[in-house]
Amino acid sequence: MDAPDGYAGEGFFTSKLSDVVGLARKNSIWPMPFATSCCGIEFMATMASHYDLARFGAERLGFSPRQCDLLMVIGTIAKKMGPVLKQVYLQMAEPRWVLSVGACASSGGIFDTYSVLQGIDQIIPVDVYVPGCPPRPEAILDGFMKIQELVGKESIRRRHSEKYQALLASYGIQ
Amino acid sequence: MDSMALTNDIIKEKLIAKFGELLTDWEEPFGLLTFTAPKDENLKVMQFLYDDPELRFQFLTDLCGVHYPGGKTGDLAVVYHLHNLKDNVRLRFKVFTTTANPEVYTATSLYSSANWMERETFDFFGINFVGHPNMKRILNVEEMDYFPLRKEFPLEDQSRTDKDDEMFGRGRLLNS
Repeated sequence: MDAPDGYAGEGFFTSKLSDVVGLARKNSIWPMPFATSCCGIEFMATMASHYDLARFGAERLGFSPRQCDLLMVIGTIAKKMGPVLKQVYLQMAEPRWVLSVGACASSGGIFDTYSVLQGIDQIIPVDVYVPGCPPRPEAILDGFMKIQELVGKESIRRRHSEKYQALLASYGIQ
Repeated sequence: MDSMALTNDIIKEKLIAKFGELLTDWEEPFGLLTFTAPKDENLKVMQFLYDDPELRFQFLTDLCGVHYPGGKTGDLAVVYHLHNLKDNVRLRFKVFTTTANPEVYTATSLYSSANWMERETFDFFGINFVGHPNMKRILNVEEMDYFPLRKEFPLEDQSRTDKDDEMFGRGRLLNS
């Protein structure tokens, strides 16, 4: 891992606060898995020793949204589950990110039918989509690394920006 | 096994002795006794099948709806599957109604298991069970404003705007 840009001298190093915060955040993500179906099985493999999500600083999966900063939606979300998912998202504190794993979470997938939500982006904002039905653990890890990239580069002011507030407002949040 | 096993012929005889010409369309596909009753007689038929000391159809296995667009006696059917647990004999009967007047008497006073099954049938076919204690949707979201298993509604979610039908191999079918 490279050090952030900055000015180094003997015994000291200066850099931007946002870079340091980003570095810390992206390597200590607490994911909240919201696994509902077959993609969840792939995610279990992703967490387990062979693929080992812990290598990315995500050792600790939280099962309480209040402690977590990454919501991983893994699997089909029925319309009736929609309000539950939104509630979980609302219970997470800022800054929070969302990873949509698999075709169903991203677009409804093969379930183009009256009872299934046609993509979770209809109810909550999504940062990264992982395609696949189901995606292999490598793909989930790739999506997770994309999230890390976003987290590391995010401006400290982003969550207060008008653009972000407008995004949330478009989902009827706040 | 009883010396006098309960056969389809005995059941049919008893029903015809009680209801006569009211019951129609008798058949026995795969040995399952099946008939049609007028929709206003559904409770009387069930009560008789329940109370008769020989018939004892005291368990409602299944209750569901079927939509037959353009059906001659009505385009909506309610199908009852009854089970005599003592003799392990099953039967099935249907009542027909119309989408214009989708009302059928509830079986909840006789079979408690009808409660959720009638709610499901209401949810998917819009059949209103008169006298049901809690007639509202059970499986679908409450905001749903149609009955998804009626044939006039496409299976696919209609709220979607960013799916291109051409990409799903059905664009030309719908437009032709």
